[in-house]
Amino acid sequence: MEARPGPSAAVTALRGVLPFLVGAFASLLLHFVVAPASGPFATKLVMDAGINVILAVSLNLVNGFTGQFSIGHAGFMAVGGYTAGLVTYYGSMLLWGSPAAHGGFLGGGELLFLAACLAGAAVAALAGLLVGLPSLRLRGDYLAIVTLGFGEILRVLLQRTGDVLPTAAEVRRTPLPELATHVGGALGFTGIPFYTSPFWVGIFVTVMLVVAYRLKSGSHGRSFLAIREDEVAAEAMGIPTTRVKVTAFVLSALFAGLAGGLFAHLVGTTLNPRELGFQKSFDVVIMVVLGGMGSISGAAIAAVILTLLPELLRSFSEYRMILYAALLVVVMIVRPQGLLGLGEIWDVWRPRRKGTGR
Amino acid sequence: MNGPLLSVRGLTVRYGAIEALHGIDLDVPEGRIVTLIGSNGAGKTTTLRTISGLLRASAGSVAFAGEEIGELAPHEIVKRGVVQAPEGRGIFPNMSVDENLALGAFTRSDSAGIAADRERSLALFPRLRERLSQSAGTLSGGEQQMLAIARALLARPRLLLLDEPSLGLAPQVVATIFRIVREINAAGTTILLVEQNARMALSVSHVGCVLEVGRIVLRDEASALAKSDSVRRAYLGGE
Repeated sequence: MEARPGPSAAVTALRGVLPFLVGAFASLLLHFVVAPASGPFATKLVMDAGINVILAVSLNLVNGFTGQFSIGHAGFMAVGGYTAGLVTYYGSMLLWGSPAAHGGFLGGGELLFLAACLAGAAVAALAGLLVGLPSLRLRGDYLAIVTLGFGEILRVLLQRTGDVLPTAAEVRRTPLPELATHVGGALGFTGIPFYTSPFWVGIFVTVMLVVAYRLKSGSHGRSFLAIREDEVAAEAMGIPTTRVKVTAFVLSALFAGLAGGLFAHLVGTTLNPRELGFQKSFDVVIMVVLGGMGSISGAAIAAVILTLLPELLRSFSEYRMILYAALLVVVMIVRPQGLLGLGEIWDVWRPRRKGTGR
Repeated sequence: MNGPLLSVRGLTVRYGAIEALHGIDLDVPEGRIVTLIGSNGAGKTTTLRTISGLLRASAGSVAFAGEEIGELAPHEIVKRGVVQAPEGRGIFPNMSVDENLALGAFTRSDSAGIAADRERSLALFPRLRERLSQSAGTLSGGEQQMLAIARALLARPRLLLLDEPSLGLAPQVVATIFRIVREINAAGTTILLVEQNARMALSVSHVGCVLEVGRIVLRDEASALAKSDSVRRAYLGGE
């Protein structure tokens, strides 16, 4: 902190953009070289893992950094997924007369998809604000109860929606707001074009990781962590604790919405209320707890492991929840702070600073 | 400025059905150290926490520099210059000493001023400088108390609220901390000090108030209080 010559403006700017450039390059590599070489099954797994990384790292902003406890992450994922699905499915119908994927890489269809994902993220963030504002004024377990309720209410509401409209003619006849009620009910929202590709997953994972890391190392993230450490002391230091908690929660919901958008447009998954129920929320909580509350790389690694594990243990799939529960119990006993605690994977190699991750 | 820096009138605080403070009047003149002494459960911490906005009063007023602050949120009160170093230190144990200090300056954005105040705090507490990258939870009790005060100073308080800085510390350390409290005051910061260690508190303060079960029963120059018979008997262990 002593006065030292600051880096020049150009270097600072480069440092700001560099992670995105690296991420974009890696995404392109993944999309055009790795994915075609490794086949559709491996590609699907990679995309599943990427979506779970976004979910786990975003939930970590709330459950890890800020020390609150949300168990309704799938709800925000559903809000984002259904919103994005509505935009691409009915948007394609209106624009091109068919819900099929339109245009090639970065073509018109993909741009519509990008807009849909951003819209899904925005609506999920709004939902986050509505849920977070009343429940985060209080301390303790209220958030868990409210988020649990939110997820369940959403599931029931989605189950009661009408069938997806199959033809362009019907879509044109129906007023726009009414389209939002035709998302397939309990059967799920089928027919959404498959736009999610390794490239887009890579890009969104990059954005998530950079945002989370910048937050953690900056003064905003420090105020998140202060609330987790000691909420009263944080308040005494002049941190507006309610506002900070709501900010973390809204940001977390926003990225869950983004992950929902990717999930909705993924080959081999259907967007249905059951899939995005409590089970999914709980899966994400497990990733965060396993990886380490407050560790970005920990949550990401746990997300990848817990995506691949069920595939490796396909034949035991009925026992998955038993295995998870047992795993969780073992981790709580052996390493209650999770695999990495508050630290990051690179701290393991560096001479560890005593300030992070005990 | 005329009138005291902090002026508390008729402050009443309840925890549910129980009234902890029964209408307290308290003035803290600018530039002074005022101490509130009293035994366990007299309401000392409650008084401080109400002034800093962590608790809400059910009646009464708190005015700081002529402005009513009783209804403000804690972070608004900190911005106005009333900063508390919480009882039990309230440091962030898993963060480094440096990060703790940085959080003290949370409400400020003048990086040059923050750097200067950080230097000033570290000059007051040289022990902390040696431990900047150490996690705060591994500090000794005395060092944690020093950190709590240093961190509060980084918010650039006009009025510093100190809650039992001597709690659980060795006499040697207590003496050091009280010497530094005087230095902070000499540099221009007004201090409201809450203490069970009445002898120590009265020896550094200008004005003393005795709090007994939610009421202020005595108020005088600190030196006069230290000589008063009733105070000696009740709080100083005199004969």
